[in-house]
Amino acid sequence: MALKHVNAVIVGAGAGGGVAAKELAAGGLSVVLLERGKWYTAADCRKDDLRNQRTSVLGNNSGPDEARNPRVVVDLNGQERVALPSEGGYSNNAGCVGGGTFTYGAQAWRYQEKDFRMASTYGVPEGSTLSDWPISYADLEPYYEKAEYEIGVSGDVSADPFHGPRRKPLPMPPLPVGREHTILKPAAQGLGLHPFDIPMLRNSVPYGGRPPCMQCRWCVGFACEVNAKCGTQNTAIPMALATGNCELRTGCMAREVTTDARGRVTGVAYYDADDRLREQTADIVIVSSAAVESARLLLNSKSTMHPAGLGNAHDQVGRNLQGHTYTGAWGLFDFDTYDDIGPGASIAVCDYNHGNPGLIGGAMLANEFIRLPYQFVSAGMPGVPQWGSGHKDFMRQWYRRSIAVQGPTQEIPIAESRVQVDAKVKDFWGLPVARLSGGKHAKTMETSVAMAEKAEAWLKAAGAIRTWKKLAGKGTSGGQHQAGTCRMGDDPRTSVVDKYCRVHDQDNLYVIDGSVHVTNGGFNPVLTIMATAYYAAERIVKGRKGRGV
Amino acid sequence: MAEGRTLQAICEQIIPTDQTPGAAWAGVVNFIDRQLTGPYRRQQAAYRSGLQEIDDAAVGKFGKDFAALDGQMQTEVLQSLTGGAKRFFSTAIAHTMQGYYGDPRHGGNRDAVSWRMLGVPVIPIRGRNRYELPKQGA
Ligand SMILES: Cc1cc2nc3c(=O)[nH]c(=O)nc-3n(C[C@H](O)[C@H](O)[C@H](O)COP(=O)(O)OP(=O)(O)OC[C@H]3O[C@@H](n4cnc5c(N)ncnc54)[C@H](O)[C@@H]3O)c2cc1C
Ligand code: SF4
Repeated sequence: MALKHVNAVIVGAGAGGGVAAKELAAGGLSVVLLERGKWYTAADCRKDDLRNQRTSVLGNNSGPDEARNPRVVVDLNGQERVALPSEGGYSNNAGCVGGGTFTYGAQAWRYQEKDFRMASTYGVPEGSTLSDWPISYADLEPYYEKAEYEIGVSGDVSADPFHGPRRKPLPMPPLPVGREHTILKPAAQGLGLHPFDIPMLRNSVPYGGRPPCMQCRWCVGFACEVNAKCGTQNTAIPMALATGNCELRTGCMAREVTTDARGRVTGVAYYDADDRLREQTADIVIVSSAAVESARLLLNSKSTMHPAGLGNAHDQVGRNLQGHTYTGAWGLFDFDTYDDIGPGASIAVCDYNHGNPGLIGGAMLANEFIRLPYQFVSAGMPGVPQWGSGHKDFMRQWYRRSIAVQGPTQEIPIAESRVQVDAKVKDFWGLPVARLSGGKHAKTMETSVAMAEKAEAWLKAAGAIRTWKKLAGKGTSGGQHQAGTCRMGDDPRTSVVDKYCRVHDQDNLYVIDGSVHVTNGGFNPVLTIMATAYYAAERIVKGRKGRGV
Repeated sequence: MAEGRTLQAICEQIIPTDQTPGAAWAGVVNFIDRQLTGPYRRQQAAYRSGLQEIDDAAVGKFGKDFAALDGQMQTEVLQSLTGGAKRFFSTAIAHTMQGYYGDPRHGGNRDAVSWRMLGVPVIPIRGRNRYELPKQGA
């Protein structure tokens, strides 16, 4: 039975896809939203400190399916291995309705103005593909605001002098602060920094028909049982469905974007929840499967007219894979810092995002989410043995008396950090899997070390009696902040989509997710993904209105 | 079972008993056994050969099975491991930490012993009962 033709089919119900579905459906287009995972509730994913999206030693809580979705990961020495979703290096976000937003930490950052003009600000370092975005902060500002109000953000950025101009404050006040916040704030001020309350996609008061956060211990990596965490699964996607114009199909794994004999996009072929091959035709196809899988889907969409995959005439799809190089420091205190009040992360400074002499970019620094006991095991203080009574003593003495400060160093994109499709390894459905390879630019590593030093200095100023740095490796990028693999640009030879997220050589194929980020800011990326989705989707809706749809 | 005794002794070396119970009392071996039929399935063979190698190393060094040695000798054996045995031991360290510090529902951390030791409130979420929502229909 052929499926009814629709205006748009969207692959992936995460941050980008969820918002795009809502905008298109509200704009009167008929939409089919395909998601490979399930629509979970918190009751399906109980809080389990060994089985979640952050600590997945016993598996993930919201997908994707462990047995069906391998990837190949290649290290800096060229050694390759097959990785499963719960294993290190896989770069898993999620496989469920809401995508990463179902379990994320929910930090809701706007990038700064300079983050869109990295090449103009710093020049292009050798060996990098650093480039400006074709759009500016000002272009996205109204859409950041829309994301903040429609999805819901709490916090208070008024004390942060570094953010770009904004028309409105955040819609919700910050959560009550915890002990780490009260320890770190005067210390930052003493250093001449500008600390403030992190913006969070988390209700601090009733909002959007959902209750406020109860400040529990298990937030990042977990589903929220009171629905106080705002993701697309409890905001944009229900709004899309409420229009009556959007159909969400779960358990549907896209196989390829289909094209006709002339090479024009016609729809999406996918395996439904019973693993039957179906084809959904549509006027427009939007790929929103997150940076790794979006690149893979385009590369797997090969035809006579597109022998290297869709949008890949210039070998750009999958390149410039980036995430964030997370570094920071630990501090130990001679008094209790632990108060068991979640979500933990609460105070940040943006003093080091730019303007670091000799460095390119930088990072926002913030205190870390609550560390569950198993996560503290690998704190790695120099001199503490990895096992035996010395390790146990360390745990006992310092678990309640430690603070971690860290930040996402902006990565300098390189062409060799990339997603390809593997020649040998196939997934459950017989599709070539994503193959991740490449490393990080030396300039990225340099900045990341400097950020760890800044974090350490902040902890010292806060009275830490012992501090040490957490540094990062220069291996394969990606991770949960994966981005960049279908970058936006004006030049089809060095980018995949135009400044409206449309694939250069196609008039009806779009990529709307983290893949289009040219650079990824020194901030967690999700609010920018949502804002870009609002911006690109609005343009699609307007364009069709012009044509009388 | 010899394997079980060896593993128990290794886990207890990793997290020994002092003023609070160690890995053995906390049920870490029970935890590992359970995971070996689930998420650690792929490591069954590694466990079998790894435990054998550690026993071999113990016999080579002190003439007895690992579990039969005194604590000091056991520590020495573990510190002198090389190659595959050393790699297995790092896996065992990770799994022991999971079993001891992780959620008791997986068969380790008996009586939330590690959480009590660290001073993490065992009744997890303030006022959580108020929020025990019925499972919503999808
Ligand atoms: C534990 C955790 C904490 C995080 N914390 C933060 C934070 O504090 N702040 C922040 O900004 N970001 C955070 N992130 C990252 C954030 O969630 C991601 O940046 C964001 O969700 C990416 O959006 P996306 O639209 O690119 O992809 P996703 O949200 O990952 O959505 C992609 C969707 O596509 C689906 N899909 C993939 N392939 C197919 C296919 N072939 N067919 C059908 N469906 C497919 C996937 O199942 C998924 O649901 C966190 C992520 C995690 C996992
Ligand atoms: S800290 Fe708040 S938002 Fe996070 S899971 Fe707990 S109640 Fe939900």
